Amino acid sequence: MKYSGAEIIIKLLEMQGIRIIAGIPGGPILPLYNALSRSSIRHILTRHEQGAGFIAQGMARSTGHTAVCFATSGPGATNLITAIADAKLDSVPVVAITGQVSSSLIGSDAFQEVDMYGLTVPITKHNYLAKSARELLQIIPESFMIAESDRPGPVAIDVPKDVQQEEVDVEEWPTVKNHDPVEPDADRIEQIADLINKSSRPLLYVGGGIIQSGAHDLLYELAKKASIPVASTLMGLGCLPPDDPLYLGMLGMHGSRSTNYIINEADLLLAFGVRFDDRATGNAVKFCPNATIVHIDIDPSEINKIKQAHVSLSGDIGTVLKHMIPLVNCEARPDWLAFVNRMRADYPFPMPDRDDLYHPINIIKTIGGLAAPDTIVATDVGQHQMWVAQAYPFQQPRTLLTSGGLGTMGFGLPAAIGAALANPGKRIICFSGDGSLLMNIQELATLADWQLDVTIILFQNGHLGLVRQQQELFYEQNYIASKFMTNPDFVAIARGFGVRGYDLKEDGREPVSIFQKALAEPGPCLISVPIDYTANVFPMVPPGKAIYEMIGGEIDA
Amino acid sequence: MHESTVIGLKVQNHPGVMYHITGLFSRRAFNLEGILCGQLGDGTTSQVYLLVNKDQGLEQIVKQLEKLHDVLDVSLHEDYDITLFNRIHELIRTEPGR
Repeated sequence: MKYSGAEIIIKLLEMQGIRIIAGIPGGPILPLYNALSRSSIRHILTRHEQGAGFIAQGMARSTGHTAVCFATSGPGATNLITAIADAKLDSVPVVAITGQVSSSLIGSDAFQEVDMYGLTVPITKHNYLAKSARELLQIIPESFMIAESDRPGPVAIDVPKDVQQEEVDVEEWPTVKNHDPVEPDADRIEQIADLINKSSRPLLYVGGGIIQSGAHDLLYELAKKASIPVASTLMGLGCLPPDDPLYLGMLGMHGSRSTNYIINEADLLLAFGVRFDDRATGNAVKFCPNATIVHIDIDPSEINKIKQAHVSLSGDIGTVLKHMIPLVNCEARPDWLAFVNRMRADYPFPMPDRDDLYHPINIIKTIGGLAAPDTIVATDVGQHQMWVAQAYPFQQPRTLLTSGGLGTMGFGLPAAIGAALANPGKRIICFSGDGSLLMNIQELATLADWQLDVTIILFQNGHLGLVRQQQELFYEQNYIASKFMTNPDFVAIARGFGVRGYDLKEDGREPVSIFQKALAEPGPCLISVPIDYTANVFPMVPPGKAIYEMIGGEIDA
Repeated sequence: MHESTVIGLKVQNHPGVMYHITGLFSRRAFNLEGILCGQLGDGTTSQVYLLVNKDQGLEQIVKQLEKLHDVLDVSLHEDYDITLFNRIHELIRTEPGR
């Protein structure tokens, strides 16, 4: 039977189990949209292609399954770039399909022509420029296999209009490609277990790899069995119960004082599913200088990239842990855990005054206490993101969606929409700031279209808060371009889009009663929370300093 | 002068593959001293030789090359024939008009 290239793409996406695609149409991708109109796949029309890219990310990050976005050629395609680069830095499986001008026009500077293949080379795991309809039979299943296998990542496929229209005979459809994982080296696992058994002060430094691998339960089992304290990166939050005595919370630039001090006392650093990012380690040379470093990551190129490991293993952390746990001795480590507890008592996290109801940390704690444990939280980027990472009690993996590597302002709202689409029945909370929300505010229209259960908590300080904080601390309080000249009425904006809006201060009710109402009511809403613009995120490791050289966040004795 | 070595690559032969390889070098701030490239057999694959400095970044660049989907095989050649690359340099020097 004859199929067009466009029909082949849609049929293969259906075979991959794709139910929802976010995007915006335009001339060179219209054949694909025409084929989509005859499919059961639901299309989410966004108001900007970056929104479509982050909706796909919200679906992928919250479920672990590859998600798809569409954009047309030229500006449609370039608008996707930030979302694709963001997916690369945080290892998110996304397949981005863009229309391209017809093959005969490529290279002629045609209307809305841009070299999307060239533009996506450095920001994708792999990319394609489809040359024929037949080639799509190989490209589409392969792109899903690449996006999901080993260390996940984005794949971009650029499809010229004539390739979408070309008709070819398809007798047999390709099967979904699965990737066979490599079995990790058993001798190396034994060696690492032996190091743990001989260590007196082991410490687990874990990150996104644990969540990608679904290894949170195994991690907890290892930590409990061998009494190993666990520090998490931003990308690893949710992999351990927040109230467990072994859990130290987030390390790094905005980690707790005690956590950052404890890490440097370890004699064995178990770096599992992490990449020694500078936000987590501070100055890498001064990070755990006295510890034996064991690095396990699925991506071999992460081993010895930043920090030379004494023992390393590339493989799936879940598989490795399954083999390793039986080889690890049951240990109580009373001295080490007593030291850890002493440090935590001596350097507690600097909590704001309980009566300061509008302090962002108190607001985040209040909401964390009200929300169900499976609530998914999306954040934007800035101070509010770090306060959420410090204070929100994440109970389960894949409940925090945040732009960790690229740090993209504007991520939160569309990612929350994607999470809501992929997780019907779950409440989604989007914490944002007035700087970030405005970067993709147009997606309030998409949110209103689908009446999703997204609650936006907007911290309003009229500033680019983290920029202001850096200017205060490191640029002699020489504030430039960090204060907004005017501030819009976000509640009126939300209402204008057809989304319920509450102003926390003007409302007059207790914040908690408004949050209860907002989390229980079906459909979207925005709550504007005015906050003190001088509030800073502490403690903070200044750029280039060692992780133990923090400023701020001391508790006065 | 730095000590040099040669990285041998077997790659899928299509127009984008050199972009992927050279892009890695610029993105990771790694120097590329010379490139030799030619197609193998029926032209579905090519062989590439990259002359590179032997320094700290070598391990990382080899690992990154191994990750490229269109790179089928990566090998390191310590005992390469330097005259091959010397001839390129001669060719460039004798280019008319230079």
